[in-house]
Amino acid sequence: MALLAAQGLVKRYGGSEVVRGLDLSIETGECLGLLGPNGAGKTTTLKMLLGLIEPDAGTIECLGLPVPQAAREARVRIGVVPQMDSLDPDFSVAENLQVYGRYFRLPESVLQDRIPSLLDFAGLASRAANKVTTLSGGMKRRLTLARALINDPDLIVLDEPTTGLDPQARHVMWQGLRSLIAQGKTVLLTTHFMDEAERLADRLIVIDHGIKIAEGSPREMIAQYIEPHVIEVFGEGALAWKAEGLRLCTRLETVGETLFCYAVDEAPALDSLKAQTGLRYLHRPSSLEDVFLKLTGRELRDQ
Amino acid sequence: MIRAHLAPPRLSLRFIPVWRRNFLVWKKLAIPSILGNLADPMLYMLGLGYGLGSLLPQVNGVAYITFLAAGTVCYSTMNSATFEVLYSGFSRMHVQRTWEAIMNAPLLLDDVMLGELAWGASKSLLSGVAILTVIWTLRLQASFWMSLWVFPVVILIGLTFSAMGLVMTALSPSYDFFLYYFTLAVTPMVLLCGVFYPVSQLPGFLQAVSGWLPLTHAIDLVRPLILGRLPAQAIAHLLALAAWGSTSYWIAVTLTRRRLLK
Repeated sequence: MALLAAQGLVKRYGGSEVVRGLDLSIETGECLGLLGPNGAGKTTTLKMLLGLIEPDAGTIECLGLPVPQAAREARVRIGVVPQMDSLDPDFSVAENLQVYGRYFRLPESVLQDRIPSLLDFAGLASRAANKVTTLSGGMKRRLTLARALINDPDLIVLDEPTTGLDPQARHVMWQGLRSLIAQGKTVLLTTHFMDEAERLADRLIVIDHGIKIAEGSPREMIAQYIEPHVIEVFGEGALAWKAEGLRLCTRLETVGETLFCYAVDEAPALDSLKAQTGLRYLHRPSSLEDVFLKLTGRELRDQ
Repeated sequence: MIRAHLAPPRLSLRFIPVWRRNFLVWKKLAIPSILGNLADPMLYMLGLGYGLGSLLPQVNGVAYITFLAAGTVCYSTMNSATFEVLYSGFSRMHVQRTWEAIMNAPLLLDDVMLGELAWGASKSLLSGVAILTVIWTLRLQASFWMSLWVFPVVILIGLTFSAMGLVMTALSPSYDFFLYYFTLAVTPMVLLCGVFYPVSQLPGFLQAVSGWLPLTHAIDLVRPLILGRLPAQAIAHLLALAAWGSTSYWIAVTLTRRRLLK
């Protein structure tokens, strides 16, 4: 049975439709990744699912409750990691968890039980009494994740949980999320990092301009949408090799001075490139990022 | 959508953890906060009351400091509520995103707003009571028992000005915006509503303006109580404050829903 199901979600701002008839559902115990470029409607969708904004059309059922009508009751069993840092700077690490737990009307005895184990989980046990303002970005994110777990939620919703973190901090965060998924928690995650989606999500939904454009497991999507090999050719003379590339590869994209060659059989193109002494190139297996760029295009989205 | 935003504010005891959160933060900084809140009105009251008061004959039949003391209770209550919901409220709503975090828990924006309203009133109660304590210490009150009625009145004054301030917080793009409210609303009220001199000294049209302002109603309630009398037309003044407060709160909740629930 679906833990969360939404049909035909629509959200308009002024004249523009930000979400245009989106369907999605999450099974219990699943980690669903919601992918999309900036402005694709990811955050708006999350806010509708949490009942924080009202959809202009569509229905949502979350944890068996109608949303937004019973969203407050549903949120009793949801943990949220918002995109922007919203920890309380006036409180210590442990107080942040305690004060947040009170919003769920959890008894103090339950909070006193849960807080030490959550701090352990977040790797912040030695920091319990420190002010939040003394924490690094990675520590803040982990504390935000611990805060989202204070009510022992059935569903965890994360909006771009590792944006702005360094690689070490991202890996620690992923480790934490993996252990939650292994415990059988249901997770809904938005991201625009493909490696993150590939590592964590059982299933992905790619949205752009407010509609779903692809859906499947990371592996299925790579198999379905993209050739298995990518050769990136760059440096002087790359463009001169373009005609050759078009003949030898299945598909070729030009971005500035760089060629992206996609191929089912990579050998002919590689042989040709080896003969060209002046060219620099990189051969790699195709990834989810290639799928994403194929589906959503290469133009910048933040203008 | 617009109609949903215009729905009357929902009142629920769920506001208590929000109030408690603000109280916990305040407790950490209580002493500087109390000093900061009280030094200013107290200095005005003592400086003008004794300094200027020594040059004045009686005002409305009492020593000037006694006259000024009742005005200071109201002005200090108003200021404290206003500062709290404007600056600290805006920090929590916009800068720290505390409200957003709370709304991800099973609380509604209406619960957060009610918590802020109650918190603003609580802080202003403290300011009002502090001035009242100075009044008692200097024995400026005519009757101690009568002056105890100032407590519930100060709570109403605090709620009214917190609600009015929340309208500004809902509209504000940045801290600088609040200067308009101080220049165009708070300062004119301090000068026109009978804090420093009787409203009857003003020209007729200014008296008419003053009669509509909430601070005038607050002072018309508190001053007689300090002077040992029951206020004339007490019900009308209470209703006027309640009307300013409830209308403002409704507007504030509507505007904040429009701002945050989108």
